[in-house]
Amino acid sequence: MADDKHFGEYGGRFVPEALMAALDELDAAFQAALIDPEFTKELERLQRTVTGRPSPLTDARRFSEMCGGARILLKREDLNHTGSHKINNVLGQALLTQRMGKKRVIAETGAGQHGVATATAAAMMGLDCTIYMGEEDTRRQALNVVRMRLLGAEVVPVTAGSKTLKDAINEAMRDWVTTVDRTHYLLGTVTGPAPFPRIVRQFQSVIGIEARAQVLELTGRLPDVAMACVGGGSNAIGLFSGFLADESVRLVGCEAGGDGVETGRHAARFSGGAPGVLHGARTYVMQDEWGQTVPSHSISAGLDYPGVGPEHAFLHDSGRATYIPINDDEAMAAFEILCRTEGIIPAIETAHAIAGAMRVGRELGPEGIIVINLSGRGDKDVATAARWFGLADVNEAAEGRG
Amino acid sequence: MSALHEVFARAHSEGRAALIGYLPAGFPTVEASIEILRAMVANGVDIVEVGLPYSDPLMDGAVIQEAAEIALSNGTTSADVLSVVAGVAATGAPTLVMSYWNPIERFGVEAFAAQLAAAGGVGVITPDLTPEEAGAWIQATDRHAIDRIFLVAPSSTAARIDVVSGVTSGFVYAASTMGVTGMRTSLSGSAAEIVARVRARTNKPICVGVGVSTPEQAAEVAAFADGVIVGSAFVRAVLESGDGAVEAAGSLARDLAAGVRTVRSHTGR
Repeated sequence: MADDKHFGEYGGRFVPEALMAALDELDAAFQAALIDPEFTKELERLQRTVTGRPSPLTDARRFSEMCGGARILLKREDLNHTGSHKINNVLGQALLTQRMGKKRVIAETGAGQHGVATATAAAMMGLDCTIYMGEEDTRRQALNVVRMRLLGAEVVPVTAGSKTLKDAINEAMRDWVTTVDRTHYLLGTVTGPAPFPRIVRQFQSVIGIEARAQVLELTGRLPDVAMACVGGGSNAIGLFSGFLADESVRLVGCEAGGDGVETGRHAARFSGGAPGVLHGARTYVMQDEWGQTVPSHSISAGLDYPGVGPEHAFLHDSGRATYIPINDDEAMAAFEILCRTEGIIPAIETAHAIAGAMRVGRELGPEGIIVINLSGRGDKDVATAARWFGLADVNEAAEGRG
Repeated sequence: MSALHEVFARAHSEGRAALIGYLPAGFPTVEASIEILRAMVANGVDIVEVGLPYSDPLMDGAVIQEAAEIALSNGTTSADVLSVVAGVAATGAPTLVMSYWNPIERFGVEAFAAQLAAAGGVGVITPDLTPEEAGAWIQATDRHAIDRIFLVAPSSTAARIDVVSGVTSGFVYAASTMGVTGMRTSLSGSAAEIVARVRARTNKPICVGVGVSTPEQAAEVAAFADGVIVGSAFVRAVLESGDGAVEAAGSLARDLAAGVRTVRSHTGR
């Protein structure tokens, strides 16, 4: 379907009728903002003075040696205020919230990075803020729960279903259906009903725009591969959007392979899912033969989601992008290598893209150039990493026990 | 005239609204859900809504979520849902399925409509399918003479009401309030208002659901709507009554049936 609500056969709006008016209102506010120079000026001001944009591009020379000698360039979204790419979308949508005259935002969060970014913007702009987070995720990302509460947000642990990101989204949607007249649902990724996937892509496209210019300036040519991890897929869409028109640039998304796709305990929608409808859009979904959502699994809360953004489904089917599963152990090995070679502790989500670059770099060899979206920093994951690597004393300190 | 329209015409001639009762298939078990739904029909439920339990019911509150989880943990499948439909439709009461969209798409849109018709079902309510995404479903339901029921909400604009009432068949499902399913101590004025706004734009029957749970609320809604839909209250009656679930659901149906028969000053039509 060639319209602005779909990506090929994917996307669309599969929502209760109660939300249709709000989605139309949001779309109208978004379209009006895009052509309003004042909006662009204010967003750019916030990106510069709050986020700290542009984010740098780091030439990862020691890490390159671990990638078959391919040149690895890291787009440093981890250096943004609040520690990840999530702030890019949040600031844009928070400004839209103000334009719509709404005083309250709600959001889902998996790893907590989107929740922290949303709580931050809400504090800055004087908005009430409620964050829904699966109970399982509040445990494994306890640091971010505290950060959100420090910033004045109410954090609601969700105990339904698998107690992870999927269930947090269900609960946020239920809140929104009830409070839509005064509340904006500040959706954190490129999923959900139209216009969310396009709004989030627009506000994350700054990553790809900057990265393309920075790679050209540094190397004098386009990269061979642009890589990113894919949960819902917003950091990947942000990077990919800058290179979509450059047919020579391979786009590679790294999904969570969990314990291995063959075990069923994973979050690899393209390897282990099928087209269906989840959370308002048609896309690839991990589901059983009856269309019931199958719980996903990943060591990383941010990738632990059984659906994926509909534009990724379209890019997958068209062959423009490829998606590879990275298992927990491969991601954690890459996590450690990046720490030791570059002095960068990445988010475990991001470590999946790091691992993917190690694979692809060995195919490319020393002539190759890979740009990786280093989507987030790993402070929040210190306790998980401590358990994984058996750093028991660190583990206790990180969890505030000890 | 469809089976649903016959019920509305009969209720109208009796000066009352129709009573529509909901229970998820497979809750508490497949066999028990058939028995309970049959008891609801025997005690005055005119139209039955069989819920298809789904893993991510984002229109439903805590009570129906719990019932769906119980049904799914019992291993209830879409095929079981169709067998419950067959078991209930045998009573002669028009029987609908209420389902989120993905299970139908996964089953196969054409196959679901065909097998529902074969089981004796007369229609499907799809709370998260918008008319804009319903092309294949409209064709399949036409082909198998199945009613396809879409929803309006208090937030629906006049343009949206026209879109929904243009494609819905059987009736327009009006959500009484902004929010998810579940019991509320009082109905907001938004129920009467949305029914009046829909009534001004279509001649199709209008039924009100979401938040209607007591005989008093049923009577209140019956004053302006063609049908009163009760879901969470039946689920709670079953949850709280253990071995007495059949009697509890039957008793609630009896009370609600009396509610929709409370004499009203006008029918709104």
